[in-house]
Amino acid sequence: MPRIPLSWLAEHVALPAGATAESVAADLVRVGLEEEAIHPAAVSGPLVIGEVVELTPEPQKNGKTINWCRVDVGTYGEPREDGTFAPRGIVCGAHNFEVGHRVVVALPGAVLPGPFPIASRKTYGHVSDGMICSARELGLGEDHDGIIVISRLGLDAEPGTDARELLGLGEEVLEINVTPDRGYCFAMRGVAREYGHSTGAAYTDAGLPGVVTDPAAVSRPAGGGVAVEIADDAPVDGAAGCNRFVAQVVRGVAASGPSPTWMQRRLTQAGMRPISLAVDVTNYVMLDLGQPLHAYDLAQLAEPVVVRRARPDDALTTLDAVARTLHPEDLVITDSPHGAAGARVLGLAGVMGGAETEVSAGTTDLLLEAAHFDPVSVARTARRHRLPSEAAKRFERGVDPQLARVAVARAAALLVEHGGGTVDDAVTDVDRTGPARTLTLPVDLPARLVGVPYTADEVAETLRTIGCTVASGDGADGAGAGAGSGGTLEVTVPSWRPDLQVPVDLVEEVARLRGYDAIPSVLPAAPAGRGLTEGQLARRAVARALAGDGWTQTLSYPFVGAEQHDALGLPADDDRRRALRLANPLADTQPEMRTNLLTTLLETARRNVGRGATDLALYEIGLVTRPLPDAPPAPQLPGAVRPSDEDLARLAAAVPPQPRRVAGFLAGARERAGWWGPGRRADHGDAIAAVRLVAATVGVEVQARADSGHAPWHPGRTARLELADGTLVGHAGELHPEVLARLDLPARSVAFELDLDVLLAAAPGEPLQATPVSTFPVAKEDLAFVVDADVPAGDLMAAVRDGAGDLLEELRVFDVFTGPQVGEGKKSLAFSLRLRAADRTLTAADAAAVREAAVAEAGRRVGAVLRGA
Amino acid sequence: MSTPSLPSENDPQRLALSPLDAGAVEQALTDALAAVAAAGDLDALKTARLAHAGDRSPLSLANREIGRLAPADKAVAGKLLGSTRGRLTAAIAARQVELEAERDARVLVEEAVDVTLPVDRAPRGARHPLELLQERVADIFVAMGWEVAEGPEVEAEWFNFDALNFGPDHPARQMQDTFFVEPADAGLVLRTHTSPVQARTLLSRDLPVYVVCPGKTFRTDELDATHTPVFHQVEGLAVDKGLTMAHLKGTLDHFARAIFGPESRTRLRPAYFPFTEPSAEMDFWFPQKKGGPGWVEWGGCGMVNPNVLRACGVDPDVYSGFAFGMGIERTLMFRHGIADMHDMVEGDARFSQQFAGVI
Repeated sequence: MPRIPLSWLAEHVALPAGATAESVAADLVRVGLEEEAIHPAAVSGPLVIGEVVELTPEPQKNGKTINWCRVDVGTYGEPREDGTFAPRGIVCGAHNFEVGHRVVVALPGAVLPGPFPIASRKTYGHVSDGMICSARELGLGEDHDGIIVISRLGLDAEPGTDARELLGLGEEVLEINVTPDRGYCFAMRGVAREYGHSTGAAYTDAGLPGVVTDPAAVSRPAGGGVAVEIADDAPVDGAAGCNRFVAQVVRGVAASGPSPTWMQRRLTQAGMRPISLAVDVTNYVMLDLGQPLHAYDLAQLAEPVVVRRARPDDALTTLDAVARTLHPEDLVITDSPHGAAGARVLGLAGVMGGAETEVSAGTTDLLLEAAHFDPVSVARTARRHRLPSEAAKRFERGVDPQLARVAVARAAALLVEHGGGTVDDAVTDVDRTGPARTLTLPVDLPARLVGVPYTADEVAETLRTIGCTVASGDGADGAGAGAGSGGTLEVTVPSWRPDLQVPVDLVEEVARLRGYDAIPSVLPAAPAGRGLTEGQLARRAVARALAGDGWTQTLSYPFVGAEQHDALGLPADDDRRRALRLANPLADTQPEMRTNLLTTLLETARRNVGRGATDLALYEIGLVTRPLPDAPPAPQLPGAVRPSDEDLARLAAAVPPQPRRVAGFLAGARERAGWWGPGRRADHGDAIAAVRLVAATVGVEVQARADSGHAPWHPGRTARLELADGTLVGHAGELHPEVLARLDLPARSVAFELDLDVLLAAAPGEPLQATPVSTFPVAKEDLAFVVDADVPAGDLMAAVRDGAGDLLEELRVFDVFTGPQVGEGKKSLAFSLRLRAADRTLTAADAAAVREAAVAEAGRRVGAVLRGA
Repeated sequence: MSTPSLPSENDPQRLALSPLDAGAVEQALTDALAAVAAAGDLDALKTARLAHAGDRSPLSLANREIGRLAPADKAVAGKLLGSTRGRLTAAIAARQVELEAERDARVLVEEAVDVTLPVDRAPRGARHPLELLQERVADIFVAMGWEVAEGPEVEAEWFNFDALNFGPDHPARQMQDTFFVEPADAGLVLRTHTSPVQARTLLSRDLPVYVVCPGKTFRTDELDATHTPVFHQVEGLAVDKGLTMAHLKGTLDHFARAIFGPESRTRLRPAYFPFTEPSAEMDFWFPQKKGGPGWVEWGGCGMVNPNVLRACGVDPDVYSGFAFGMGIERTLMFRHGIADMHDMVEGDARFSQQFAGVI
């Protein structure tokens, strides 16, 4: 994001004395330019001008020769008795300076970019009391060999002068965050304009065609320059790829030499690397005005320059030395070697130039390009080639199409000023830009949307401030007109604001410039609502019930991979392996969305166990993604139009089912051991009990059945939970020992996972109708059955329950027993029954009848016989 | 205490007590009452009762003698012994009550336990604070008549972008650090914000609409102290006739007060979002901010862009609306002094267990 050195900003707008990065940031945020960072001064501590008063070359054993210097640093030297100051002794390895030169000295306590703190140190047999600095050491450029001699920069100052001030190294730099609609703020020109809007400070627009700094540039006749053709035969979405192309030749320039220090310093402050005069000037003008420019080596170029879409056989090696395969939608700049028009690709228009016509060491003649490219075309090319260049960043956000001539003239003038040479009289300007956009704004729209009673005059005046031309709807001057609420304003937007496309865009401008703090605070009265839905209430109840039952809720990322499914022992054809894949996962090992909660909950459990947890009861509630095998792709539909019902149905069909699940993991003690006695280790029953708790919370009954084949559970200790109609709800039980071993989880850990949506769908949905509480006495009966060992207790219980009928209030199993007494292959189950009638005291005969019926049904259904019978 | 002993058959006293000897009867009563009073516990009282009121006690034996008396004496003796034995029985009963009360009180003292011993037999559970906060936020809005809307996490691009006025080439569409779903033409993403629920809501509900949409969102950020690829937002949307930014501001101010206390309020700064125009960044005033009260960035908001309304079949010339969204993690971090994102997302049970059931 753009970095704003205040001294640069001040060239465009009158910054008050004492303005700081912080104060400017505060002013800019009011108009929507947020502070990203304030970069501290590149150099802190004492950095002063010194004059070399003695220089003694001292050859060293290692073959190097160092210079032992005494440098006068004014009052920074050791005070002498006579009131003068002694020079400092400094060891320096560079040789491009002599006695009498004034140089930049970093004194002990200074911190150079790096950060590189300077201290007195013993070296080569001397105490070096500071450092004589090169440009690179100060972050002023790449020149490391040479010490800065300030006279060579055209500067002079007395020894002891603050060099930070002199070189601009003490300046804080404000970095701002520019939203995508404000492309014009990617330049000093635009930021200064907004600063003026915020503070009223006087602003000079250096980018208006009439304010070209070199008056000769605009007076030159157009035409006769380098031939340029725009031949876009495949505009993207009907928008011409290029509607402005300005080309200017500059000859005899020391193009590959260094740019002036001040320019290098500003580029560095703005976060760009100084390279050569030609490159630096184009970058500088881009940072200053907002127009991306490109400099070609004219000697390598064959006219005409042709702007066109890429062809199948086109090839290009961009400046970053990457050979690129072009896409037919890429807009390219080409030239015409050997008379073949547009035969050679020079660069990706508005994105990056090519290596072939790059300015090189021998370049003296340049062709400057300043063009205006279609934002969408540039954005697609930049994205396709992963080239978010500075130019592309600006073009895709919108560059002022009327800026090209001014920018080219400015760049040419800077080249000549700092590199010599001449600017050709002829300038090429292919201008296909249309008239400025005019919007019809209902004059009361800002007040209606913002809630501040702006007057028509305020609206018109504000829009003029940002550069609009405003007339009233009947064609007269907007000022004082349109006061009636039905009036409209005809607003012509300035060329640098391509984002102002519809009337509400102007509403924001009015609200922004009149200040968001003027907006009152009014609480709207919503119509009476219905509260949470049944499902939302039920989900909260489930979450609370589990927490109340001792489970701790956790959250996990939904990203999983095949290795995790392997660890769970899911068979190759398990439909939980059919996962939605991400194109750009964070981790290559986890490219899929979870199809069940347990996969990620077990990762959470592992983390807790890894951190020393021994007794764990975790649960998670969340969505899983279950893509359908042949799901159609989602249709690509335009915005701003309501899709047809058919298209909405296609969208719905493309979005994979994402059921809400609840899963739990339990390890260690369910009840702790302590002074009260032994604890109780969690077992499969706790997982099943949790499922029953969840189901009961939702008001649904679930039935458990043994399930010997569902990973990652234990084949003999797992229940499949079903609704009364057999619909699968989930699984609960002990986890498979191999799975636990693979995951380093405690042996005998248990888990459950339920589909909450299935449960919620099965919930009654209507208020429960309560049964009156009987106040008649309870009758108790105990029954012990012997049954084949493989008969599930649940089946026997169901038989007893059904046999006992309506009088049965509660049925409990109080003993399960196997052994010689009951016989080989048999087991005994003992039940206690509580019987009660709603309308009478039960008699012994009633109880006996229940008993008999229960025994009979148990015998009939599962072959159970009463023990001892 | 006297050592009670049953009088033996040969005890000369037995025979000495005549039912007509008022002095002797009185003496026997006096002895008996003394023994009852002297009984220090229920066992001693039982012994005293048997000795002085039992079948073979002097008074009982004397009573038995009445039958042998001359008719004239029977009435006198009967009256004397009746009242005497009545007094004794009453005294024994009273002492019984006293001693039982003493015993009960002593048992309560003796069976006292150390109530300061830990009693955490069953590990305690907890909700995750991000979930609790989302519920609290929902409740604040439900209290104003709003409803809670929801949508899928794997979302159609149309809902996540196009419906919200992010064109296919919109720079903001690239800014969002989106997780895309394979294959490229699936047209699906992990929703980058809760805003697609806006479009779903407007397409499925009758106007006016006032909804909040808390939920999980995704961006391709690596986990660090301040970023997480999976996070939560709460989105608010109101579409009605005559809504303005002033209503947006009023709603946000109320929300800030409900979450951060009565001193709090919000501030709007110009910003840009494709789905709102005008758009604003929103700060809340945080009285408890570390280092002193101050503004803290909270989220984005604005007036619903007419293109969004059109995409949902709502006429922007008749209806206007506002929308806002903020991070639940961020809100939780400031409200509860959480410096690092890791604890909120890693699922360490100890983090959740710090929080009470209400936050």
